[in-house]
Amino acid sequence: MEPQSLAFRERAAAALQDPHLATALRRLESGWQRGRARAAAALPEFEALRDAAVAIKDHVLENLDLYLEIFERRFTATGGVLHWARDAAEARAIALRICREAGARTVTKSKSMVAEEIGLNAFLEANGLTVVETDLGEYIVQLAGEVPSHLVGPAVHMTRERIAELFARHHGGPLKRDSAELVAEARRVLRRRYLEADVGITGANFLVAETGSIVTVTNEGNAELTQGLPRVHLCIASLEKVVPTVEDAFTLLRLLARSATGQEFSAYTTFLTGPRRRSERDGPEAMHLILLDNGRSAMVGGPFREMLRCIRCGACMNHCPVYLAAGGHAYGWVYVGPMGSVLTPQFAGIERTWTLPTASTFCGRCQEVCPVRIPLPKLMRLWREEAHRRRLPPPVARYGLAAWAFLAERPALYRFVTRLAVAGLGLLGRRHGRFSRLPLAGGWTVSRDLPAPSGTTFRALWKARARSRS
Amino acid sequence: MSEARETVLARLRAGLARSPERRDAAATALEARLRSPRPGPLPARANVAGEARIALFARMAETVGAEVRRLAGAAAIRGELLDYLRCNNLPPRIVRAADPLLDAARLEEEPLLEVRTGVPEEPDPVGLTVALAGIAETGTLLLASAAERPTLLAFLPETSIVALPTASVVGTYEEAWARLRGVPGWPPRSVNLITGPSRTGDIPPSIELGAHGPRRLLVLLVDEAVAKAF
Repeated sequence: MEPQSLAFRERAAAALQDPHLATALRRLESGWQRGRARAAAALPEFEALRDAAVAIKDHVLENLDLYLEIFERRFTATGGVLHWARDAAEARAIALRICREAGARTVTKSKSMVAEEIGLNAFLEANGLTVVETDLGEYIVQLAGEVPSHLVGPAVHMTRERIAELFARHHGGPLKRDSAELVAEARRVLRRRYLEADVGITGANFLVAETGSIVTVTNEGNAELTQGLPRVHLCIASLEKVVPTVEDAFTLLRLLARSATGQEFSAYTTFLTGPRRRSERDGPEAMHLILLDNGRSAMVGGPFREMLRCIRCGACMNHCPVYLAAGGHAYGWVYVGPMGSVLTPQFAGIERTWTLPTASTFCGRCQEVCPVRIPLPKLMRLWREEAHRRRLPPPVARYGLAAWAFLAERPALYRFVTRLAVAGLGLLGRRHGRFSRLPLAGGWTVSRDLPAPSGTTFRALWKARARSRS
Repeated sequence: MSEARETVLARLRAGLARSPERRDAAATALEARLRSPRPGPLPARANVAGEARIALFARMAETVGAEVRRLAGAAAIRGELLDYLRCNNLPPRIVRAADPLLDAARLEEEPLLEVRTGVPEEPDPVGLTVALAGIAETGTLLLASAAERPTLLAFLPETSIVALPTASVVGTYEEAWARLRGVPGWPPRSVNLITGPSRTGDIPPSIELGAHGPRRLLVLLVDEAVAKAF
């Protein structure tokens, strides 16, 4: 998928005009945001778990080569087939080959952000396969021909009315109004798909080095039917998903659902270790795992290593004032919200995405709620610096910033200029007390007035205060 | 070994920039860590025993929409099952695991009940299987696949019924897994942690049950059953 991130401003502006989107995003605030706060408050060990999770992830990243070798050995010993993929194209080609070798026509798929990252659906479909998403939100987005707008709830931007119309158009039958009826209809339609599928594709929340297991987490139970019914299970996961032991997975699992939706635990957490065993009567006959790099190995040695701690809970977007106003589609690529503003430039190149790290007020809430304490504002700032170095922002912004930096590095000059500006603006604005238009401040005055300064500068006030105290 | 594998590992090693000695030392430390897995911070709430632990398990499971019934022994399963099917207006047709606990329930002797053993198929309405542990912390069941316990029993039918010896209720996930560890063939192919029935919030405004997995989950806590030797 080509990133549309350079149009962030235009896409966000359009999103702000959409009343349905505003309603949908408010639900995130009242639902998942409060849910997380409740769940965290109900578990006294929550902060200790976050510290432990950071330690686990950092330890793995410091030894990622070794852990991957161990995971590979144990996964292979269980009868699974491991495929390494350097980039998206390689991963797509391997996936297609596995589907072809299985003689597949229909493929079911439970939600996988890595599959979105490499554009797997479009590629398999272009090669003649029918791909059916089974996570309900992902299925809705697929019917609409859209992409997910949230890590955890791909269709959070949709109203029930819109979903009802989509279902009526694609499934036939009368328009349904009730969410229970719609869920029952999706269940009926997708049940047929599960049974006819030749290959089931899933992602992985964790890979366990100790046992060579794949861990999936869902609320719907769709991962279990996706991998459990077809002959072949194909899992696709990125390098950094590996954790040392099952115990380590539990530490992270205690944080995942609480941070994501405010649930104590998701409905279904499954540890899969190898394909069907000789005595068993169900389960897939073959299990493949595509281990995707796509730039991550380079991140391990660079300034963005901390981003690889991410467990894809979506808490950063649920708490981001920019995401909650603009929605996920404004970001123009697969990963959205604060985590997307750090990851997307990594995968799609800063040239085509430099707007994303600027789409933040740096309020810091994302970092506050991140279960693995990723310093998201710091990482976005690194991208801003990189964009500035490569002269990607427009000249006005770059020269403005350079001018400001020139002043800020010279305190005496700064004092002089700000005093002059305050006095001048105060004089000009003394009649109305505010400006409805001002050169160079159009971005501000287009939607609100700028109050005219009265009195003196902040620094002068501060100095006076310090004097009066002493 | 594949070229892709070598490239990825080489890139990682270049990024990590360790000396060969440090790498070897790290590898040794890591093997040791894997040999004796240590749990992270455990919730104090799970640190309860006896009846308090069973009560916590039941309360947490009910919070997420499961129903929990306490039975004196395997002999009581049959009556409870018939009652449940009738109350929920479900057809008297079940597929069950070939587990000794369920054998002891002698369901086949009930003339009004159609019972099959094995893998469920569409549209089998009710699946009955056995959990290896109940985890009080979050009201979670631990199921493990085996020849006699197909995984699909707890996923394909619209109603899932799971029997659990009361003696198999533990505090935390780690306790449940520790009992599993070290048994021949461990870990089982599929270990399913199940917390309530299937649910989705994808169609606003409500949470709906029965998205793909079971719409209903009934847990039968059986007192006088022998806890499974893991």
